[in-house]
Amino acid sequence: MKTPVSWIRELVDLPADVTTETLTDRLTALGLKLEAIDAPGAAITGPLVVGRVLTMEPEPQKNGKTINWCSVDVGDANGSGEPQGIVCGAHNFAPGDLVVVVLPGGVLPGGFAISARKTYGHVSAGMICSAAELGLGEDHDGIIVLPADAGEPGDSAFGVLGLDEEIIEFEINPDRAYALSLRGVAREAALGFGVPFHDPAAREVPEPDADGYPVIIDDPEGCPVFAARRVTGFDATAPTPAWMARRIQQAGMRPISLGVDVTNYVMLELGQPIHGYDGDKLDGAIHVRRAAEGERLTTLDGARRVLSSDDLVIVDGSGPIGLAGVMGGASTELSETTTHVVIEAAHWDAVSMFRTGKRHKLSSEAGKRNERGVDPLLPAVAADRVAELLATYGGGTVEPGATLVGVVPSSPTIEIDADLPARISGMPIPAETAVAHLEAVGCAVTVQGERLTVVPPTWRPDVTDPYDLVEEVARVVGYDQVPSVLPREAAGRGLTREQRLRRRVGRLLAGAGCVEVVSFPFVGEQTFDDLGLPPDDVLRRTVTLANPISSEEPSYTTTLLPGLLKAAARNLGRGAPGVALFETGTVAFPVDRGPAPIYGVDLRPSDAELEKLLEVLPRQPLFLAVVLSGESERPGWWGSGRESGWADSIALVRRVASDLGVPLEVVSAAREPWHPGRCARLEVDGVEIGHAGELHPKVCKAFGLPPRSAALELDLDHLMSRAVDVVAGPALSTYPLAKEDVALVVDATTTVAAVEEALREGAGGLLESIRLFDVYTGDQVGAGRKSLAFALRFRAGDRTLTEEETGAARDAAVAVAAARCGAVQR
Amino acid sequence: MSGPNTDYDPVEVSTLQPEEVEAARDAALAAFAAAGDLEQLKQARLEHAGDRSPLALANREIGALPPQARKEAGQRLGQARGAVNQALAARQAVLEAEHEERMLVEETVDVTVPTDRLPLGARHPITTGSELIADIFVAMGWEVAEGPVIEAEWLNFDALNLGPDHPARTMQDTFWTSPAEDHLVLRTHTSPVQARTMLTREPPIYVVCPGRVFRTDEYDATHSPMFHQVEGLAIDEGISMAHLKGTLDHFATAMFGEGITTRFRPSYFPFTEPSAEVDLVCFVCRGSGLDESGADTCRTCRGEGWIEWGGCGVVNPRVLVACGVDPERYSGFAFGMGIDRTLMFRHGLEDLRALFEGDVRFTTAFGSEL
Ligand SMILES: [Zn+2]
Repeated sequence: MKTPVSWIRELVDLPADVTTETLTDRLTALGLKLEAIDAPGAAITGPLVVGRVLTMEPEPQKNGKTINWCSVDVGDANGSGEPQGIVCGAHNFAPGDLVVVVLPGGVLPGGFAISARKTYGHVSAGMICSAAELGLGEDHDGIIVLPADAGEPGDSAFGVLGLDEEIIEFEINPDRAYALSLRGVAREAALGFGVPFHDPAAREVPEPDADGYPVIIDDPEGCPVFAARRVTGFDATAPTPAWMARRIQQAGMRPISLGVDVTNYVMLELGQPIHGYDGDKLDGAIHVRRAAEGERLTTLDGARRVLSSDDLVIVDGSGPIGLAGVMGGASTELSETTTHVVIEAAHWDAVSMFRTGKRHKLSSEAGKRNERGVDPLLPAVAADRVAELLATYGGGTVEPGATLVGVVPSSPTIEIDADLPARISGMPIPAETAVAHLEAVGCAVTVQGERLTVVPPTWRPDVTDPYDLVEEVARVVGYDQVPSVLPREAAGRGLTREQRLRRRVGRLLAGAGCVEVVSFPFVGEQTFDDLGLPPDDVLRRTVTLANPISSEEPSYTTTLLPGLLKAAARNLGRGAPGVALFETGTVAFPVDRGPAPIYGVDLRPSDAELEKLLEVLPRQPLFLAVVLSGESERPGWWGSGRESGWADSIALVRRVASDLGVPLEVVSAAREPWHPGRCARLEVDGVEIGHAGELHPKVCKAFGLPPRSAALELDLDHLMSRAVDVVAGPALSTYPLAKEDVALVVDATTTVAAVEEALREGAGGLLESIRLFDVYTGDQVGAGRKSLAFALRFRAGDRTLTEEETGAARDAAVAVAAARCGAVQR
Repeated sequence: MSGPNTDYDPVEVSTLQPEEVEAARDAALAAFAAAGDLEQLKQARLEHAGDRSPLALANREIGALPPQARKEAGQRLGQARGAVNQALAARQAVLEAEHEERMLVEETVDVTVPTDRLPLGARHPITTGSELIADIFVAMGWEVAEGPVIEAEWLNFDALNLGPDHPARTMQDTFWTSPAEDHLVLRTHTSPVQARTMLTREPPIYVVCPGRVFRTDEYDATHSPMFHQVEGLAIDEGISMAHLKGTLDHFATAMFGEGITTRFRPSYFPFTEPSAEVDLVCFVCRGSGLDESGADTCRTCRGEGWIEWGGCGVVNPRVLVACGVDPERYSGFAFGMGIDRTLMFRHGLEDLRALFEGDVRFTTAFGSEL
């Protein structure tokens, strides 16, 4: 909402020493947020004057353009009183018109200095200005032609154009629809400074009678009140007075014609949207009703619209003539030949307006106000005001009949404890102050002991609840008066176990050299193709978005890898020799349990209803993924570096699982997007939680990563759920360690894990640790065989082991390995 | 070796003559003193204090002396050998010290060579920033609550007094899942976690909810379709705006330093009434609006002296009702801030997109904790 300060001052007795800044500070404190203070003239230095075009000679140029060589009367502003010769490229004016001239020495916005200069064979002494050149808007369609009453040649154009004025732009919150008018803004200013307010809506209007234009409301819920007036003998071509055109422009709208400008002006002034019909084009009485489904209407903007049975329409004998409260129809539009104007000012149901605007994607100044709620007492006043202005400036006659049908909806009655504002705001507000402030914002207050009965003013449809009254009182007292008090100590139990585990995993990975990434969770078919997933892969079953940012990536992801792979490629592309990236984030899997219910809000949903609501949500586990690519250790004076590989990815999982005390099983597997021979399935208690290993060469290629890049991804929620809760402290033996190394020859296909498990089982309770330290293949063990060397470490808790005891344990271990894995000791 | 011989004439055992012993001792001392390093000293030791040194050999002859002569010769020899060993040990210590000193000099390295064999890891500033905020509240006895990103429409909107026709609902351009009749959204704010908490817990409730949210914004230097918020909710008996102010002042001070407090401006949110925008005293210029030179405007707050931080208010009783909290007994406050935005002004980030690109140079710059 843009409001010239001068217009506000016209409606409020603001002390002269109140600066624009003081005014906006006060209004911001009351809830009208300052967006900007615009001083359009600040970037212009004179001489900028009114000129009258005396002559204009069109001169075609070689470049195909035609310029006008004009002589312009600028009074004495040029010092000589002689006409000024100016070249002008625009054509939207004629001799006799008043225009805006900047004379040599003037500077326009952008530091554009004007001097007399030779152009197109003339010396052009100044410039005839367009609105855009003066920073008054985007209008490049020609120069400004001033209304005939704008002034005399030589007058300063600053005042004529309102360039000497400041315009305040407010951001109006949805609950303050009344401030979408000068009436509302000025009322707040009066409240803010405790000075008298001159309500522009306070005018005597004639009693409604039967002589008014006939209006029938078929849907009183959608249209509670409808006022109409008529003006006849109107000259539609009469100019809009300069002051009105200026204010319309200052408010950010465009002057169009007197008829339209007057309705817009009154809307800006009062906040009541108004529509003017060409009375001669109306076919009988005006009806307001819901549209028939599929009914058609061509609106003012030329669009042919198919209506819904939820839309409110204005209808006459010819059919629909307007989309009620949102946009008028083309058939009854005001035109240059209109002489009979029927003025409509109606009160509409806000929700209906909102829905219609949304359905037809129509956003208009009228719609904006109607859908937020307008003072229902305004229609008769606004219609009367419009009629008066049309008659005054269009030379017509206001017809005596006044239409006012419908019933003004009653304002709610709200009862509160007198101390509620104090209790909820935390400010010491005595009951009398609360009452005074409520009255100051326009409420009618009845005090009954400790209770207040409050009827909000008609222009405040947003005030319906007790706490709304708290806000009204609090904002008048001032939010800056709210004391700063800490609430009582809450008895919190700290972070949850899961929250602590999550931090722990992140720190562990960062400590291991991985850098955390936060990526967008949106993917598409191409992403899954790049990962080499088969067509029926479970990861391709996604939750999709109805309105994705990109139609290429319409799905919420089922895997964190794409984001990481892209980030890895980005880093390498920017010159990183290698990266280790990780991300923890939720992925989503559809559950297909039907739509989520929508419950009422007047009551808490039952536990069963709540459960139903929660179980239809997609499953959204927290995943952990890591991508390792390129150099993992740098080369340097110490020697060569090292590239990441499959083993690093598995080592990381083992590290995380081990830290959490989760027994992790690593099993050979084949799963896209991993290399089929270098992929590990990660299991906890036989349940798959993810995979790790080297990425498939095609995947590396698709994402632009070097070969042998590795990755892991697992269900972190699952892993954390198995984390040891309370670690049993280990009892350490300080008896000597007994070492036994064994080398076992097995089939090349036998896994280390299998042999190790057999050894561990056979070795029994004295075994402290077991570790593979060498793998040998070659002539000494024969083709298809390999030798695995394990270091077995034994220790007892209560004695030094004898050689016999250690030897027996070793032999038992080897025996189980022999029996289970066919291992032969070398 | 000669055996005892009572008839032996001691005069003939020349090696035990005092002059001989003295000469051997002096020769030893001179040799030790002349040894320039540990190797030379080792040679001198073998020669003058070893098994075949003159004094060692003389020692063997003592047994050949008549008993009355043994004591005297033994004493003489013992003294000489003592002096030799002492001199040897002393010289050994000196030379060892010299050797060690030389070694230390010779082993000098250039400690300025690079040592970054293993690259640094780091957690993301959004993670560590969220934790920093959570920890401030946990220290006040609050708890950290969480909820899913794909959320039921009812929890994201209706339960928060954002009915289907509420104008504010269009202000938050929402990602809907397909088909839209499923009534699921990517949560547009962390506020549904408020609703979830009230629906499942009895007051008193003091929770913060950091998390990821989505809106259909263009992706540019200051907007992103995905960003992060932290939501706070307190529900208790007697809660007022004053408690909200106290909590946010404390939060601001903990996050930005002593003297950094907040101010409220009236605003509108469907889920709170009264509602306010929260501004923060600019922690760079401390409210002056001027930069360090005092001549230009502060870049962080653009000369305002205040930084827009978030929204807050008293929980609308309609929300309490929908979530099963008795509005007659309890009142509450709620607030919400952008975590990304907070990081942007706290760390002077020019472009929001740096948070989501995954460039390790960006992330590692923040260290392991914020
Ligand atoms: Zn500042």
